Amino acid sequence: MKVSRRTLLKGAISGATVAAVGAPHFFIPNPAFAAPWIEKGGKIKVGVLFSQTGNLAVVENDSTQVVLYAIDEINANGGVAGMQVEPVVVDAKSDIKVYSEKISQLILRDRVISTFGGYTSASRRAVAPIVMARDHLFYYPTCYEGRECTQNIINTGPLANQHSQDLIPFMVENFGPKVYLIGSNYIWPKESNKNAKVWLERVGGEVVGEDYVPLGGSEFTPIFNKVRQQQPSFIFSTVVGDSDIALHKQYLQEGFKVDKMPIASLTTGEIETRAMGAEAGAGHFLSAPYFQTMENPTNQRFVEGYLASKYGGGGVTHYNMEETYLSVYVWKHGVEKALATAGDIEEVTPRMIRDVSGNIEVGDDISPEGRVWIDPDNFNIWLKPKIGQCQSDGQFKVIKAADEHVGPDPMSIYPERGVCKADGLHQPDGTVKTSVL
Amino acid sequence: MSVNDFWTPFALLPFLNALIIGISLISIWLIAALGLTIIYGTMGVINMAHGEFIMLGAYSTYVLQTLIGIPFLLCLPLSFLILAAIGWVIERGVIRTLYRRPLDTLLATWGLSLILVQGVRLIFGGEPQYVGVPSWLNFQIQADFIHLSGLRLFIIVMAIVMVAVTWFLLYRTTLGICVRAVMQDKEMAASFGIDANRIYSLTFCYGAGLAGVAGSMFGALKTLFPDMGGGYIVEAFLVVVVGGVQLAGSVLSASLLGELNSIFSYFTNDTFARFVLFTLVVVFLRIRPQGLLAEKMTRR
Repeated sequence: MKVSRRTLLKGAISGATVAAVGAPHFFIPNPAFAAPWIEKGGKIKVGVLFSQTGNLAVVENDSTQVVLYAIDEINANGGVAGMQVEPVVVDAKSDIKVYSEKISQLILRDRVISTFGGYTSASRRAVAPIVMARDHLFYYPTCYEGRECTQNIINTGPLANQHSQDLIPFMVENFGPKVYLIGSNYIWPKESNKNAKVWLERVGGEVVGEDYVPLGGSEFTPIFNKVRQQQPSFIFSTVVGDSDIALHKQYLQEGFKVDKMPIASLTTGEIETRAMGAEAGAGHFLSAPYFQTMENPTNQRFVEGYLASKYGGGGVTHYNMEETYLSVYVWKHGVEKALATAGDIEEVTPRMIRDVSGNIEVGDDISPEGRVWIDPDNFNIWLKPKIGQCQSDGQFKVIKAADEHVGPDPMSIYPERGVCKADGLHQPDGTVKTSVL
Repeated sequence: MSVNDFWTPFALLPFLNALIIGISLISIWLIAALGLTIIYGTMGVINMAHGEFIMLGAYSTYVLQTLIGIPFLLCLPLSFLILAAIGWVIERGVIRTLYRRPLDTLLATWGLSLILVQGVRLIFGGEPQYVGVPSWLNFQIQADFIHLSGLRLFIIVMAIVMVAVTWFLLYRTTLGICVRAVMQDKEMAASFGIDANRIYSLTFCYGAGLAGVAGSMFGALKTLFPDMGGGYIVEAFLVVVVGGVQLAGSVLSASLLGELNSIFSYFTNDTFARFVLFTLVVVFLRIRPQGLLAEKMTRR
C-alpha cells in the first residue's frame, strides 16, 4: 500500500486520539495487581522534593540537607524495620510547575513510599492534587496556614493558630496596638494575616496598613514610606526567602528604631539573620517552635552532629530544618507502626502509613524542640510555640515559651467550614467531605 | 479588601517622600541597565548574562570584603576591574565568534548565565551571603517627613557619576568617537582604519565592569545570592528597550519608570504598581517600538 502524506497524518491523529483516551486507564496501576511499594530485600525509597535552585533555595536547600542527614542517621542506627532508606532527591527549581511534575515522577516512576517536600503553601498546593489522586503520602515539614483537611498530607510545622495565639498578644502588650502587616504575595502570608487579625481583635489591636511584595521582590522603601506615615507600634512580617533579608537590611538603612517599632516575624530565622548581618536582625522577634540556642541534650547533639556532618556547610540550624528533621522521624515511626499492623512489609502502602500516624510521638530523645505528637484528627502537630528575640550575635533568645502544648486547628478562623477529622471534613450539615484543599 | 484599604489617602509630605524614593529607584534601575545599554547599543549583543554579571560583581565584593578585608569603597573599582577581566575573557571566548548571528548570541549568553549561576552555587553554596555597609553610610537625611538613607544617597550619587563618566567617554574622547562610528556603521568605520573588533572588546569589558559596580552596591542594599541576577535583568531590559538603546534614552526611561513605580506603589501597592507599569510599557512599545529616543543607525 502506498502511504501518502495525508493518510499518514490521519493515521497519526487517530492514533494519538486513541492513545490520549486510552492512556489514563492504561497508566493508573490497579492496586490489586501493583507491585509492592516496599520490596523485601531492597531499600525503602523516599522522595525529597525541595528547591535547590531559584529564590526559594535560600531555605529549601537546607531542607534537602537535613532530610539527607536524618536518613543517614536512621540508616546508621539500623534503618527502618531493618531496611535501609534510599532518598530520591529532586530539584524543584522554585517553580510551581516543576513541583507538580516531579511529584508525579517520584510516585509513578521512582515508586517512592512517601515524599518530603516544600516550604511554601504554593508548592504544597501544587503537589496536593496529585498526591491525593494517587492516594499517596506527602510530608510538608514547615509552618502553614491550615484551612485544609486532606487525607494524604502530614505536617510537622506550626499552623497559623499556633503562631498567632502567643505572638500577637505579646507584641500588643509590649509595644502597642497598631500593627502594619507586610507579607510576600501568596496564600500563606494572606491567611496568616487573616489569623493575626482575629487575634488582634481579641486583644484590642488594629491594623493600620497591609502590603504584599512579589516573591523575590527586594524593594521595600515604598512600603516603609507608608509605614512612616501610619506609625505602627510594630510590624508583623510574613515575608519569605531572599525578600526577607532585603526587608531587614532596608529597615536598618531607613533608620527605624527596633525598640520603638520592631518586626514580629513568622519566618526570620537563624539563616536569614546571618545573611542580613546581625546588626540588621538584632532586636526583632520570631515565633517558632525551635531555636538553635535551645538548651537540652537532644538539641546539643542535633546541632553538633549536623554542623559536623557533610550536610552542615550552612553553619546554622533553624526552625524549618528542625521541623523537617522531625518529619523524617514521624515517617519512620509511621512505617514501623504500619508494618506492625500489616504484618508484611510488602503490604504497607502510603495510605496505611498515614492512617496509623495519628498520635505518633517524637520524644525528647529525638526531637530537639522537645516532645511533639501528631494530631489523630487533622494530622498536624502538637507543639509548644515560642517567641525568640534576635541577639547581637544573630542567635535567638527565647523570651516566652508556652507552658502547655498547643494543638493544631486548621479551621480555627473558619468554624463554619466544619471540623477536620481523620476521615475528612465533617461539615455543619452532617456530610463528610474528603480531600478538602 | 475594601476600596479604602486599597487606596492610600493622599497626604502631601508622604507623597513628596514617594517622589524622592522614586529618585532612589531611578538610580537603581539606571545602574542595573547602564552596562546593558552600552553592550546592546554598541554591539547589538543581547546579553542575557547581564544579571549574572551583576551577581558576580556582588560576589567579588563579598570575597574582597569578607575574605580579604578590603574596605567597601575600594571594592567598587576592584569589582569593576574583575568584571571587566571576566567580560574580556567571555568576549574573546564566546561572543566574538557569534557577531553575525544575533539569535545565537541570545542563546549563548543565556547558557552562559546558567553556567555562572551554577558555578557560583558550587563555590559559595546556595545560601545568601552578607556584604556589610560601611558605618559612615549608616546615616539618614531627615527633614520633617522627607527621608533618605545614606546608602541610597550614595547610590544616587554613584548613578550620576557612572552616567557622567560614560557620557564623557562616549562623547568627549577619541575612543568614544570610534565607538559611535562603529555603532552607526561597522564596515564604513573599518574602512577608515578603526579596528572594530578591538572596539567591541573594549565596550564589552566596560559594560561588564559597570555591571560589576552595580553588583557591589546591590549586594549591600539587597540580598546577595546566586540567583539574584534574574530580578535585575527584567528591569534592565525594560529600561533599555523603552529608552531606545542609547545612553540618554536609558536615563530618560529609567526616570519615567522609577518615578511611576514609586507613585503607583504609594497610592496602591507594590504588586499592583508593577502590573500597571508593565501594562504601560507594553502599550507604549506597541505605539512606539523604537523606544523613547532612537538614534538612526544601521540594522545589524
